[in-house]
Amino acid sequence: MSAVALQMVCVAGLLGLAALAIVLSRSKIATPVIYGATLAVSLIALTGTLRFLLSGAADATTLTLPVGLPWLGAHFRLDALASFFLVVINLGGASASLYGLGYGHHDPAPHRVLPFFPAFLAGMNLVVLADDAFSYLLCWEFMSLASWALVMAHHREPGNARAGYVYLVMASFGTLALLLAFGLLAGPAGDYGFAAIRAAQHTPYAATLVLILMLLGAGSKAGLVPLHVWLPLAHPAAPSHVSALMSGVMTKVAIYGFIRVMFDLLGEPSWPASVVVLFLGSITAVMGILYAMMEKDLKRLLAYSTIENIGIVFVSLGLAMAFQANGLKAAAALAFTAALFHALNHSFFKSLLFFGAGAVLTATGERDMDKLGGLIHRMPFTSFAVLVGCVAISALPPFNGFVSEWLIFQAVLQSPELPQWALKIMVPAVGAMLALAAALAAACFVKTYGVTFLGRPRGTAAGTAGEVDRFSLAAMFILAALCLLAGILPGLAIDGLAPVATQILGSRMPVQTGQPWLSIVPIAESRSSYNGLLVMVFITAAASLAVYVIHRFASRALRRGPAWGCGFSDATPAAQYSAVSFAQPIRRVFGTLVFHARDHVTMPPPGDLRPARLRIELHDLVWNGIYAPIADVVGFSSTRLNRLQFLTIRRYLSLVFATLVTLLLVLAIWS
Amino acid sequence: MVVISDIIVQGVQMLLVLLLAPLLTGYVRKIKARLVRRQGASVFQPYRDLLRLLRKEVVLADNASWLFRVTPYITFAAIWVAAALVPTFAIGLLFNWTADLIAIVALLGSARFFLALAGMDVGTSFGGIGSSREVMIAALAEPAMLLIVFCLALVAGSTQLSTVSHLLASSYVGLRVSLGMALVALFMVAIAENARIPVDNPATHLELTMVHEAMILEYSGRHLAMIELGAFLKLLLYVSLIACVFFPWQIALYGSGALSYAIGAGAYIVKLALAGFLLALFETATAKMRVFRVPQFLGAAFMLGLLGTLLLFVSRSF
Repeated sequence: MSAVALQMVCVAGLLGLAALAIVLSRSKIATPVIYGATLAVSLIALTGTLRFLLSGAADATTLTLPVGLPWLGAHFRLDALASFFLVVINLGGASASLYGLGYGHHDPAPHRVLPFFPAFLAGMNLVVLADDAFSYLLCWEFMSLASWALVMAHHREPGNARAGYVYLVMASFGTLALLLAFGLLAGPAGDYGFAAIRAAQHTPYAATLVLILMLLGAGSKAGLVPLHVWLPLAHPAAPSHVSALMSGVMTKVAIYGFIRVMFDLLGEPSWPASVVVLFLGSITAVMGILYAMMEKDLKRLLAYSTIENIGIVFVSLGLAMAFQANGLKAAAALAFTAALFHALNHSFFKSLLFFGAGAVLTATGERDMDKLGGLIHRMPFTSFAVLVGCVAISALPPFNGFVSEWLIFQAVLQSPELPQWALKIMVPAVGAMLALAAALAAACFVKTYGVTFLGRPRGTAAGTAGEVDRFSLAAMFILAALCLLAGILPGLAIDGLAPVATQILGSRMPVQTGQPWLSIVPIAESRSSYNGLLVMVFITAAASLAVYVIHRFASRALRRGPAWGCGFSDATPAAQYSAVSFAQPIRRVFGTLVFHARDHVTMPPPGDLRPARLRIELHDLVWNGIYAPIADVVGFSSTRLNRLQFLTIRRYLSLVFATLVTLLLVLAIWS
Repeated sequence: MVVISDIIVQGVQMLLVLLLAPLLTGYVRKIKARLVRRQGASVFQPYRDLLRLLRKEVVLADNASWLFRVTPYITFAAIWVAAALVPTFAIGLLFNWTADLIAIVALLGSARFFLALAGMDVGTSFGGIGSSREVMIAALAEPAMLLIVFCLALVAGSTQLSTVSHLLASSYVGLRVSLGMALVALFMVAIAENARIPVDNPATHLELTMVHEAMILEYSGRHLAMIELGAFLKLLLYVSLIACVFFPWQIALYGSGALSYAIGAGAYIVKLALAGFLLALFETATAKMRVFRVPQFLGAAFMLGLLGTLLLFVSRSF
């Protein structure tokens, strides 16, 4: 069986599971059966694509089904680019299914989740496999609707209905943009097969329009600022393993769409396009993490951090476009590989963190960080796995997040080779924005972990929590191990990505696995090199040596006592730093500009025993500046048009008659 | 044999930074005391402090977790590894290519990440205030540091410290405006990263004005010793960094023999002494600034770094 046929069989299996879930409906065995089977199918699909990718992905295999447009059929194709994204999807799918085996038991309405979960996975697989515009759009819409149904799974919880509504509007808007983009790509001849689009010549005007439409279509799904507004609403509303899939995986499907069109179908990218992508990417990275810094809802914070990481990936893709447009093949391969590697890494740690948030939610019923705290004592395993995720997402060595960001910085340092002044000036500024985003991410995840897992419990739920089930823990620990592995053996991942770069750019990064001591060398050793394995070994050795020497030759005595706190230790747990107060310095430095943040303190006069009050005013300028006016205009015009619903029959008839006459007149003048 | 001698030289460097770090801090303290006409403690006082702390028992807060107990060792190890990767007396050592300048900065970031977490572990307000301010300072210092790295990489065509140092030691680079700006910016970042005056005061005992010290308020005994030693190493690291990039005179080449290494080591000691003296002079001459003035201070470092980088884009000869 060819590789693509295997994938299609897996997709059919997933769709069959969706149907089975409807049949099983509310029966008790539904949860283990569906998640178990989804896990098995995902693993088969994962093995198939991994084998295809690692064997070099030399020849793409295609499959045509006699459905879809009558004169076209539905084309599916497995090439290197698709196989990489299938790895991301199926790995995420497998870990989410494993997590679901345990987490699903706590679901109040499993019959609203189970049918859509495998369907959502099938939809994502199909988008990546699709090889003609019609199938692509159909599968894209299927994926969107399946995820929308999952967002609405707990539709009675406050806020979820609104989240679903905003998501539906934004998803429809995105699909509309994609529809127009593919319409332009198909050209006047209207050939919707990707092979035909690839072969056609596209005018610069059409290419510009396609860029804008793709940024609107794929960008809204990925969460590019200012199209991100649905993401922090919808991702947290879904059950946690679905949040992990939406944040960790579905955003990657959007990135796949962008890469497929901009790098593959449209031919050679142009450098002005890269300026736009770099600009949007860097704004997205910084804004995303600043939003996350201001947030105190655990899952919304993670969703905002997804926006940041999408920004980082887009910056890297923008760099790849800039280098490719100028024929700097090695640098383009470096930036492109870094983008894919970061997308892979993000799928690891973001899934892990959402699983952790789900575990916290199961154990305490709380998503508000300011009611949590001290969970490291009551959930030791979860807290360890989440700590790994936090370190990895903060781009700290020796974990994987650092390696991909390091590769992106190395790509940034190639920018002096670029001939265009706009890019020369822009790229260092973009690099500084990335550094700012990385530093803020570290701050943000110190806050997340410190407030949620460290300190003293801020509420009874946090004080009485217990550890979660083994399936959930297994899923988290597998992802934590992957974060470490990708961090200390990045050469394997880079070499695994080489076929994708070769297919898309026609060049690849130097072979890494042959380097001494397994270091990675993006361009040349005299320029830069990094060895995660040795860093890890050195840190472990130095720390163990210190522990041994001190405990052997100095002191090992230890006494427990009350916290010192400068003699002021008996304060209530409410006196600890909270998520809001931890963010105060950064809110003051960046928030006054970005969010027009104001702190209002109401201080009672001396002698008055009422508590002082702090009110924080934050304005989401994107929402207030773009979406609120649009909503106002729509609301205003619909109120005005509302009168049309209450006319007499005579007036309706005259209205119809007037319309008919007008249309006939228009036709007469037209021809 | 070559590998063994390589490992020995690398090991010498690791021990050298570990042993010299407390001395540098003691020396800076001594100079500061003399500048205000105090006698001051002996330059060897930091060693005595460390030994005293190491022998004492640890008093651990009741709800301190395992993270609180491992953090001192993790931070110490991360900073020590970073310090050992910055060239001191010789360049091109065995493991110098393990991490470039970006990775060294990130290693320090790892250390800070864990310290900031430990500050929040016990659940007192002082730990929280220290952590939140520390991460704010870091969020401002890191972009500035990255622009300095850009500036150096544009001049030297590498982020590998050994290569940068080797190239800048050769006469053909000469004086550059951009390097001057990078030096000033790096100095400002180093002040902030090491919690020195005017950003933070390492000697204060007023909790509300502390940043770094508030974060580690709950530590005692051997844990505190590890954190203190880490802080000493970090100061040494930044001085070594400035020395090896901007003043790489007499730094020994890899495999150039014992005499050359000895000259390199001597020059290194002289550089440390000079840098320590200038740091003490600067700290004595300035007053600590308010916390919310720090963004302006680091913003200036950021702008200097950006200006230096842009100048290099205009012309490579700046």
